Amino acid sequence: MSETVDLGFPSLKLVPKTDVKQSAKDFKTDQEVRWCPGCGDYAILAGVQSFMPELGLAKENIVWISGIGCSSRFPYYMNTYGMHSIHGRAPAIASGLAMTRPDLSVWVVTGDGDALSIGGNHLIHALRRNVNLKILLFNNRIYGLTKGQYSPTSETGKVTKSTPMGSLDHPFNPVSLAIGAEASFVARTIDSDRKHLTETLRAAALHEGTALVEIYQNCNIFNDGAWDPLKDADHRDSLTLRLEHGKPITLVDGSRGVVRGADGHLDIVDVESVGIENVLVHDAHRDDPSLAFALSRLSDSHTLANTPIGVFRDVRRAVYDETFQAQVATAKAGGTADLQSLLSGSDTWEIA
Amino acid sequence: MSKQVVQLNRVIIRFAGDSGDGMQLAGDQFTSRTASFGNDLSTLPDFPAEIRAPAGTIPGVSAFQLHFADHDITTAGDTPNVLVAMNPAALKANIKDLPRGADIIVNTDEFTSRNLTKVGYAASPLEDGSLESYAVHPIPLTSMTVEALKAFDITKKEAERAKNMFALGLLSWLYHRPTEGTLTFLKQKFAKKPEILAANIAAFEAGWSYGETTEDFSVQYEVKPAPMAPGRYRNISGNLALAYGLIAASQRAQLPLYLGSYPITPASDILHELSKHKKFGVMTFQAEDEIAGIGAALGASYGGMLGVTTTSGPGVALKSETIGLAVALELPLVIVDVQRGGPSTGLPTKTEQADLLQAMFGRNGEAPVPIVAPRSPADCFDAALEAVRIATTYRTPVFLLSDGYVANGSEPWRIPVVDELPDLAVEFASAPNHTREDGTEEFWPFKRDPETLARPWAVPGTKGLEHRIGGIEKADGTGNISYDADNHDKMVRLRQAKIDGITVPDLEVEDPDGDASVLVLGWGSTYGPINASCQMARRDGAKVAQAHLRHLNPFPANTGEVLRRYDKVVIPEMNLGQLALLVRGRYLVDAIPYNQVRGLPFKAEELAGVIKDVVASV
Repeated sequence: MSETVDLGFPSLKLVPKTDVKQSAKDFKTDQEVRWCPGCGDYAILAGVQSFMPELGLAKENIVWISGIGCSSRFPYYMNTYGMHSIHGRAPAIASGLAMTRPDLSVWVVTGDGDALSIGGNHLIHALRRNVNLKILLFNNRIYGLTKGQYSPTSETGKVTKSTPMGSLDHPFNPVSLAIGAEASFVARTIDSDRKHLTETLRAAALHEGTALVEIYQNCNIFNDGAWDPLKDADHRDSLTLRLEHGKPITLVDGSRGVVRGADGHLDIVDVESVGIENVLVHDAHRDDPSLAFALSRLSDSHTLANTPIGVFRDVRRAVYDETFQAQVATAKAGGTADLQSLLSGSDTWEIA
Repeated sequence: MSKQVVQLNRVIIRFAGDSGDGMQLAGDQFTSRTASFGNDLSTLPDFPAEIRAPAGTIPGVSAFQLHFADHDITTAGDTPNVLVAMNPAALKANIKDLPRGADIIVNTDEFTSRNLTKVGYAASPLEDGSLESYAVHPIPLTSMTVEALKAFDITKKEAERAKNMFALGLLSWLYHRPTEGTLTFLKQKFAKKPEILAANIAAFEAGWSYGETTEDFSVQYEVKPAPMAPGRYRNISGNLALAYGLIAASQRAQLPLYLGSYPITPASDILHELSKHKKFGVMTFQAEDEIAGIGAALGASYGGMLGVTTTSGPGVALKSETIGLAVALELPLVIVDVQRGGPSTGLPTKTEQADLLQAMFGRNGEAPVPIVAPRSPADCFDAALEAVRIATTYRTPVFLLSDGYVANGSEPWRIPVVDELPDLAVEFASAPNHTREDGTEEFWPFKRDPETLARPWAVPGTKGLEHRIGGIEKADGTGNISYDADNHDKMVRLRQAKIDGITVPDLEVEDPDGDASVLVLGWGSTYGPINASCQMARRDGAKVAQAHLRHLNPFPANTGEVLRRYDKVVIPEMNLGQLALLVRGRYLVDAIPYNQVRGLPFKAEELAGVIKDVVASV
């Protein structure tokens, strides 16, 4: 029997449990992993593979669906069911699967180009519908597989192959976008922080409905060091705001914290000057998304100062696949399905 | 007062008015009564793309044509015997189609100088003698309806709206139609508005009584029921038949039906219809766009559902990449394309057959997709079952190419017996299918059935068969990523061979005398007009054979042999020669294309002329 603890992941209540002990190794495939040496995707893959046994699910009831891009090769390396689909469309394909098969745990892997450029429409609609999907968005602020063009999360002015004089585009903030798209769960984590990555995956798996997890991921070939300020030991604690439900929102080093200004906007101030009791306490379950949105706006897209990490928002609302199946069940309960009488209709005539 | 009754073999009536005049509804009701009376019939609704185009203008004219007869007919008819024109625009837009002597019922209340000017009549055609070769029946339909309803507690506008019922009542009297069904229909439609119900019934009865009492109509007509094969019948439109066909296929395959769709004319009615039938386990999903519609359907297919997407030509263009993915994944999927006039937005409410090459070739790479096309409204039912059979048997996306004419047209349908429908049961993979040299069992997602070349359909949730599939080329058998040159060449040829090897019924030829030297070959909704024109040509002594393709990919195995039997092959199409191109390329037969892209079906008489000319030239 399994030794994993059943956390009772509510979003996975209809998914059959495993009857064997699982380890990270069980989720590895025999396929050679073909990311560049040093790619941040390796860390995420290892993190996911070691987290999966915690779910205690039958492996055959887990499905990974991806679009196109470096991140989207992910399903080939997970020993579950998987589909590597087409550019940007993974949320649509996964939605069709999840809403018809409540017995599956469906995960989507995507990147900043896949999810936010070509697939932006599918992402926002999946989020607003709240289909039971876990979407992992690997954000490296660059197009990797097409060899180094700017992406929708690249900072303005970025010099790339397609923008020799600097990109003109204003970037998306994926967390702001998701909150604006009515997401019920939005979180951010970092590829190199295994502990935080696992905590965030756990929170996402616990969530009922669509969970979007933005993972800051390093592309060491085309955009190396994009997230270094948040990783390097000298700076990260003074740049990262750690979001933990029920705790004051401060930089990791505790020096500065978030307060609400007189006009309602959020400020970052010296904790000592206002007192820790006056620092905003994080409430991820707050129904009103405006504070989560305001938190997502604190970071500076160039310097990465005041970057919140953790679960921004985690609220309960109707889950699409449940209501979708409930309508079918209600209709089935409401009358017998007689195909012959359907075909006949009410206005017929007989020819002898 | 009983009037003289004249027997007719067939009648073509066209109802025409403003988009808001209720002509489609009047036409539908007249059709239903005609169907239950036992006539053979065929209909052609013809309406503008705008919901309410400017009132009283030619672009705003909405028409409904019905052809009914005491014998087998296959088209909605070329030239109406009767035109109901609710305003000057309706008269002007349709008069050119009427033969001399046709009856024209006009609503004189709308023939005001303002309305006449709006459509460019300098003088009223009712008064200037320009209609003297027609039998014009000027009737103040609106004011008579309002007069008949003055006792009701409804507004003048509501009373005026019932004028279509007055017209329907009059026509029902004129052609001896049963009334009970119309009354039942009104009772259902206005169940919650008793006053409006009573007013509509009163308007209908007033129209009927007017026919009986007025001296304007001296005769009543009768069209006897047509001889049809014994059985129980109903009237059905193409979109409804197609929706029912999908439900029936889902039941016969024991696969829940999942529709992922985005609204688009003229396909939306299939989405509406399927949405009503959740009790059959039918799941419908209105997606954020065409791409998500097919994506969700493909996701559902992956999960073991019967995945379907419905659209029209512009939607197919958007779905192309996902269709290619379905080809690569080798999963069942049905793509319903209810064709309309193109390119781009084109003529959304008009018909065309110009998506054949898009269905055939509109993808990157070598991506063959089977194509099935219904020939008539009722045939949409059988064509849907056939599309599902091919999709599930061969694990492939399949195009079901309907069009606006069959989708909105209707005809009597002999209701099939469910137990006699084909058994479409499928088997999912449940166990490993390959043994390694060391004796261990494993699952190869791309190990094919030797006969059909179909790969196993292993749905998530099946223990021990975990595997990954994707759009990247796969190694033959194992399905692992492969960029190997020989493997790609092999896989491309295997996918093509699978489609080429689909078993489809032979092409049948209709040649009553067996000595024709000219073959008319068609596909899809042109069946009716081609059939009618061949009959006309034969009556005039032309030796002509007809064959009609239901399967356009692959073609029936005997197609080449059939084509070579004839001196000349004529291919009429509502496009610029798409089937002709395929036939020439495939069989090296110098077929003669005959093409129209007018948004309307062929006129049988015109086509008969073309056929006779070709026969004469042999």
